[in-house]
Amino acid sequence: MARMATTRRVAISTAAAWLFGFLIFFPILWMGLASFKTELEAFAVPPSFLFFHWTMENYATVQERSDYLHHAMNSIIIAGGSTLIALLIAIPAAWSMAFSPTKRTKDVLLWMLSTKMMPPVGVLVPIYLIYKSFGLLDSRIGLVFILCLGNLPIVIWMLFTYFKEIPRDILEAARMDGATIGRELIYVLTPMAIPGLASTLLLNLILAWNEAFWTLNLSTSSAAPLTTFIASYSSPEGLFWAKLSAASTLAIAPILVLGWFSQKQLVRGLTFGAVK
Amino acid sequence: MGQITLQGVQKSFGPVHIIKGADLDIADGSFVVFVGPSGCGKTTLLRLIAGLEDVSGGKILIDGKNVVDTPPAKRGLSMVFQSYALYPHMSVRGNIGFGLKMAGLAKDEINRKVEAAAATLNLTPYLDRKPRELSGGQRQRVAIGRAIVREPKAFLFDEPLSNLDAALRVQMRIEVTRLQKQLGTTAIYVTHDQVEAMTMADKIVVLNGGKIEQYGSPLELYERPANLFVAGFIGSPKMNFVTGEPALHKGAATIGVRPEHLKIERDGAGGWQGTIAVAEHLGSDTFLYVDAGALGMLTARYIGELSLHAGDRVSLVPDPARIHRFDENGNALRS
Repeated sequence: MARMATTRRVAISTAAAWLFGFLIFFPILWMGLASFKTELEAFAVPPSFLFFHWTMENYATVQERSDYLHHAMNSIIIAGGSTLIALLIAIPAAWSMAFSPTKRTKDVLLWMLSTKMMPPVGVLVPIYLIYKSFGLLDSRIGLVFILCLGNLPIVIWMLFTYFKEIPRDILEAARMDGATIGRELIYVLTPMAIPGLASTLLLNLILAWNEAFWTLNLSTSSAAPLTTFIASYSSPEGLFWAKLSAASTLAIAPILVLGWFSQKQLVRGLTFGAVK
Repeated sequence: MGQITLQGVQKSFGPVHIIKGADLDIADGSFVVFVGPSGCGKTTLLRLIAGLEDVSGGKILIDGKNVVDTPPAKRGLSMVFQSYALYPHMSVRGNIGFGLKMAGLAKDEINRKVEAAAATLNLTPYLDRKPRELSGGQRQRVAIGRAIVREPKAFLFDEPLSNLDAALRVQMRIEVTRLQKQLGTTAIYVTHDQVEAMTMADKIVVLNGGKIEQYGSPLELYERPANLFVAGFIGSPKMNFVTGEPALHKGAATIGVRPEHLKIERDGAGGWQGTIAVAEHLGSDTFLYVDAGALGMLTARYIGELSLHAGDRVSLVPDPARIHRFDENGNALRS
């Protein structure tokens, strides 16, 4: 009797989990489906779910009208560049805060995070003017710079919590074993920190890839990443749902694939420190 | 060789004095235990010797050479940490051999030494496992293996057994002692457990509030404690302290009698009268906690079974040869 109840409970929660997962995934699925419809079918009421005339036409049009590869390249450079620079700054910062904290370390961390609490639109005008006078508008360097600064607090926080979890005893054991600082870094610290570095890198890459506020406001064409590419399909002439869907699908595809292959790292990164 | 001498060693963290001048002579090959309550500075003193902390004053001599400015690795000591501190990404072989690799030994020599150490510690079947695949006792053995393989001048143990369960602790206690005798290497061992101190040590250092209270063999400390602190800390159950009239009678401010040196008499007229509050029957021993009125609670120990129970009246007669006398500052009075 008890076993039957347990089996039923497992069945119900499994079904609920699948349903919930499906609900969350649905917008992406819908977007994917819409990208294969004609503009007319994309608007149809009631909507057709699977039985419509499948077409690749939208992808062809999108590729014809705007250069996907150009935007994708910009996205890779901007997301990748800002992530790498953020890591270069954040690793030593988080390192020193985790391993030789001072009385004010906690305050510094909180202060850094507090910069994320201000809505970016609040500084849009001054940043725009600064970018204008420095000639950084619609430049890749300008976008790398702003995204790097925007994500830096989160990168430092994540790395700080990772480094904090590395027991000091192990570093001391290495020192007793005769390891110099350099060898301690190579043989002991880096191997232990790699999972943390990897998930921070991945998460930051995703955040930077999807960042739309600054990229939309500070770029138009030559430095425009995929977010601008998507936005260009909601134009004053009207919304083109099917083409917009095709553009969006193309834009998120690389990051979706990356996320799929690094699920384990990502989940670890997001839940790290929650349970010992 | 592994002779370690401390001369006026001090350590402060800001305005807080953790070690207030420690002088100590540790003979080559001896097993010395630092014992004391938590926060007494025993771990700090060990870390000063290891070089993981810098001294604020004084000298640390290893084989006659002052090492206060020598980095940890160059002091020729190896340490076993309370948390084991194994390298999680290395196999047992990698863990034990890491120090040798850092010292630049050839690969086959490292392998030979690691395998010899593993054989001594019964770790041979586990050499290619990672620390997370080992039990607590096995991890501890790996940590010890990492320490012995470097053939150091001295081993430093920082409460290495406190994470193990009681049965394993007793077993490892014996193994560590046996291993140290077999290798003949000087060992300094930190613990808060006075039973570990009594059973393992050639000599015990009792620390309290950053000061060395007494340094001597386990039996010296048991039989001739230098002061009230040592008298109360060494021995289980704790020594009974009596002040007032019985003490004055002996020409002391306080007198101390160990529970095993109180003779228990039923309905006796002499000695200290009281009522049993709690009686613990262990079979091998009987512990009586006796409410002796103005004298306070007294503990008495009887070897074997004694059929007495809570509420019974008893009289406790101290063995006159085993009464410890202390002056008003708590220092022992020798007659």
